[in-house]
Amino acid sequence: MESFIYMDHAATVPTRPEVVEKMLPCFTEQFANISSTYTIAQRDKATVQKARETIAEVLNASADEIYFTSGGSEADNWALKGVAESYAAKGRHVIVSAIEHHAVLHTAEYLEKHGYEVTYLPVDENGIVRMEELKNSIRPDTILISVMFANNEIGTIQPIEEIGKLAHEHGVLFHTDAVQAFGQVPIDVRQMHIDLLSASGHKLAGPKGIGLLYVRKGIRLANLIHGGGQERGRRAGTENVPGIVGFAEAVRLAAETMGERAERMSELRDYFMDRLLAEIPYVRANGDRKRRLPGNVNVSIQFVEGESLLIMLDRKGVCASSGSACTSGSLDPSHVLLAIGLPHEIAHGSLRFSLGEDNTKEQVDFVVDSLKEIVQRLRSMSPLYEDFISEQKKANA
Amino acid sequence: MEPYSEKVMDHFSNPRNVGEIQDASGVGTVGNAKCGDIMRIYLDVDDNQVIRDVKFKTFGCGAAIATSSMATEMIKGKTIEEALKLTNKAVMEALDGLPPVKVHCSLLAEEAVHAAIWDYAQKHHLAIEGLRPPKADIHEEETGCPV
Repeated sequence: MESFIYMDHAATVPTRPEVVEKMLPCFTEQFANISSTYTIAQRDKATVQKARETIAEVLNASADEIYFTSGGSEADNWALKGVAESYAAKGRHVIVSAIEHHAVLHTAEYLEKHGYEVTYLPVDENGIVRMEELKNSIRPDTILISVMFANNEIGTIQPIEEIGKLAHEHGVLFHTDAVQAFGQVPIDVRQMHIDLLSASGHKLAGPKGIGLLYVRKGIRLANLIHGGGQERGRRAGTENVPGIVGFAEAVRLAAETMGERAERMSELRDYFMDRLLAEIPYVRANGDRKRRLPGNVNVSIQFVEGESLLIMLDRKGVCASSGSACTSGSLDPSHVLLAIGLPHEIAHGSLRFSLGEDNTKEQVDFVVDSLKEIVQRLRSMSPLYEDFISEQKKANA
Repeated sequence: MEPYSEKVMDHFSNPRNVGEIQDASGVGTVGNAKCGDIMRIYLDVDDNQVIRDVKFKTFGCGAAIATSSMATEMIKGKTIEEALKLTNKAVMEALDGLPPVKVHCSLLAEEAVHAAIWDYAQKHHLAIEGLRPPKADIHEEETGCPV
């Protein structure tokens, strides 16, 4: 394969070789369906239980509060639909932030079609939920607040503990989509008053096709998938043993290296952002500079469009992503960038680089240098830039 | 999204006729920054109504830049009458097709050519058969972009 610089770790992360190694025997020797009664099935069941315990420990949960799913999207769907169904007698009002992943937002819209009311909570210019506004939107019939731990596009980390506390003071359940945060920043479900939490394996160098929903003991949650007694009767389907084992190993490794990794990546991230802001004119940093995922870089580059930037970066072997409408096939740019108040035309020119532990300073330098050239080239053919420059000349004349 | 054809990638990476024309015979700008694409076409037309030179500037995605490049190439050296016959379909075919979500870029290119010719006709007080005033923005009706 040609050499490339991968800076799209928020999309997915290559599975660690140690993780793959742990998984491999689960395809061949440890292949049993763990619902069976014979010895080898019981042995494999113990392996799954151990994996469950490993993950629970990292979250400060107990093993029987962890429910394995097919991924983060299923976990989000289950949390919202499950709570909505089980607590309908108490109320039919749900609060979600405006910058949630579509797995939450589209599920909320689905609930609206089924007789629930949803408040889409606005965020401030850095993407952080305003506590006063959240408090004011809680009603007697509110059953659930869902606010993501950290945003996938702009990396902003929410005041999760405060939100959890507020929810519990009002007798409301609190769900957080921690797909981006898990393995990157410390999470303690007890201390942070989290009732339900979604996570995904492949975002932290585990395999794809495995995720989890943490459900605090005592919470009622209607089943999403019916047809078997797996996951204590709450989520049917033969266990994805290789996935579960790989997920647990990835979580263990992520937890072990978290502090050192976060420090190194935050430093690289800040260096990256600082260079972009200093060396390319008319660039805006998106998201909170401090309360931010260690690897997340998000900027809007004025007068150019995101997809063009991405294709040109790709031709230099750089993998990144954009909030431009053109990359999603929809007509509107990213809902997250619009929610933090960016005008459409600025949102169209946004780029996200999500760093991973293998990225180096040399790679960042290469990307910044390439981007400077690319932006210059695209601006030279941009009528918006032409107008801007002629306006400036007029103003200075 | 579907990948771009080699021709689209070629015209995006090495766009033809990028730039401005000082004192152009006609200039047309279409599209909307809010929707993510703006095209501007400059024409230099001689006394026989032949397009001597054409330049463009485009803010937009890969397809927007490629369709602008191809459209300018297709009308260069042609008469105004011939240029008016340029359709978005012809531009798309010349590029070996576009992904369905990018068809509006070719409409924008066709519209930009018309807008530049309209401007030329206005400046020179010419009545040209088949020439219609440019739409301010084709998005709303053609693609539903909520401007």
